[in-house]
Amino acid sequence: MSARRVRRRLVSALMTGVVGALSLLAVLALVLILGHLAVKGATSLDWSFFTRNPVPVGESGGGVANAIVGTAIIVGLASLIGLPVGIGAGLYLAEFGSGRLGWIVRFVADVLNGTPSIVVGIFAWTWLVKPMGHFSALAGSVALAVLMVPMLARTTEEMVRLVPHSLREAALALGYPRWRTSLRIVARTALAGIVTGCLVGVARIAGETAPLLFTALGNLNFTTDLMQPMQALSLQIYQYATGPFEEWHRLAWAAAIVLMGLVLLLGVAARWAIRQRHGAAR
Amino acid sequence: MAPPVDARLELEAVRLTALYGRRAVVTDVSILFPAHTVTAVIGPSGCGKSTFLRCLNRMHELSEGGWVTGQVLLDGADIYDPGVDPVRLRRRVGMVFQRPTPFPTMSIHDNVAAGLRVNGRRARTDVDAAVERALRQAALWDEVKDRLRSSALALSGGQQQRLCIARALAPEPEVLLLDEPTASLDPAGTQRIEELCHELKGSYTIVIVTHNLQQAARISDYTAFFYLGELVEVDRTEALFTKPAAERTEAYITGRFG
Repeated sequence: MSARRVRRRLVSALMTGVVGALSLLAVLALVLILGHLAVKGATSLDWSFFTRNPVPVGESGGGVANAIVGTAIIVGLASLIGLPVGIGAGLYLAEFGSGRLGWIVRFVADVLNGTPSIVVGIFAWTWLVKPMGHFSALAGSVALAVLMVPMLARTTEEMVRLVPHSLREAALALGYPRWRTSLRIVARTALAGIVTGCLVGVARIAGETAPLLFTALGNLNFTTDLMQPMQALSLQIYQYATGPFEEWHRLAWAAAIVLMGLVLLLGVAARWAIRQRHGAAR
Repeated sequence: MAPPVDARLELEAVRLTALYGRRAVVTDVSILFPAHTVTAVIGPSGCGKSTFLRCLNRMHELSEGGWVTGQVLLDGADIYDPGVDPVRLRRRVGMVFQRPTPFPTMSIHDNVAAGLRVNGRRARTDVDAAVERALRQAALWDEVKDRLRSSALALSGGQQQRLCIARALAPEPEVLLLDEPTASLDPAGTQRIEELCHELKGSYTIVIVTHNLQQAARISDYTAFFYLGELVEVDRTEALFTKPAAERTEAYITGRFG
């Protein structure tokens, strides 16, 4: 009896220790990355890094203003295209997706979700870059939007499905038409979850590099022209980190900090949105 | 002095059958709900009480595979007539469910106003007055008048259920359907709602599904006993509980089954 109790406690302590250590290991990776970034790149972060454009090789200094603005434009445009399509598809799947068409859309979304992003980039090149005859920010945005849509559709669907059926019935019993029930009651109730999904989705594509390689291409100059090649932080990191110059490596580290900070910021915003939901539930 | 009987409130089911696909869960039910009365619908679980109730505001057809045959007459007109818009009908036949279902994103005020807004009533003072009236009718006004703008989820379960009643009353329906409205409430909350039924029948016709026989005896004028999807018996509540005509009714109310 007592031996069994001791054994049980030992096993319990052991398992608690194991899962605790594993979770530490998971966090450790992030801590190491952040620490390493801070050590390598923080010293390069100054005002001119954010406000100046790259300078020719040989000169020191210069910044990544063009890449920061480029990432904002490319990701912003991708969101503009991707968010409505993704959310709309998610709403459709949750509200009307029980039939055959719903099954097909869901299946395609899942396949697309698992598609390597570089493949999406190749398609964007085939459909947009090649016919247009040149690389462009627009093509990059479209590639990122394509990556974003299935992710958003599925999270939106899940969030909308979490809304209890009884709420829907309550609205219908009050004389709400179906579309109004979907928008005013169901989507509103799921809104915090949908917003969170959007922020996570934007964060995901903000760091994508592969689909931009042969769409937005990169640009050493500052541009806001959607039809021209445009620099993005992730591209800049790739180019600088693989380049031969010490100065470039230094800038790559700093750019990585900026990109990481951007993604973290979106993550925190997503957290905040979730809190708002639970706050309302209290 | 009894208020004048408003014939518009009269509801009647005529040979009503409710089905899921090919399976009938309510069979050939004919019953009259006179204006300004409370009718309790009793019967064992799974006897089709709730489904029957959901036929009275055309909610049943929203369930997968749900459809009906027969008629339901409200103010003499069949609500299943092809010309009737079920969305409009549901504004005339209010419903309250077993569990409180306040809209979580809306304030107390907006919850009650929800059915008004969808009805096209938007003038601020008009809506405010209707919200107050409905909350008073549901005996909730004094408890919430100082926090109309706060979330409906801050209310207790019993308060939430009375909020849902207020929400159903605000658009001034003719009939009120209550589907086990006290099933998830404590005795005090149950009592408030039972008192409400008494007060509300002056203005509405009420049909209440309940598992609680004492409740049926306390609050209803008529009681209908359902068994296996059929209406076994309907009578004045006192008569049904003291001298049931059918053997099955007697067996059920004396606790021999169900």
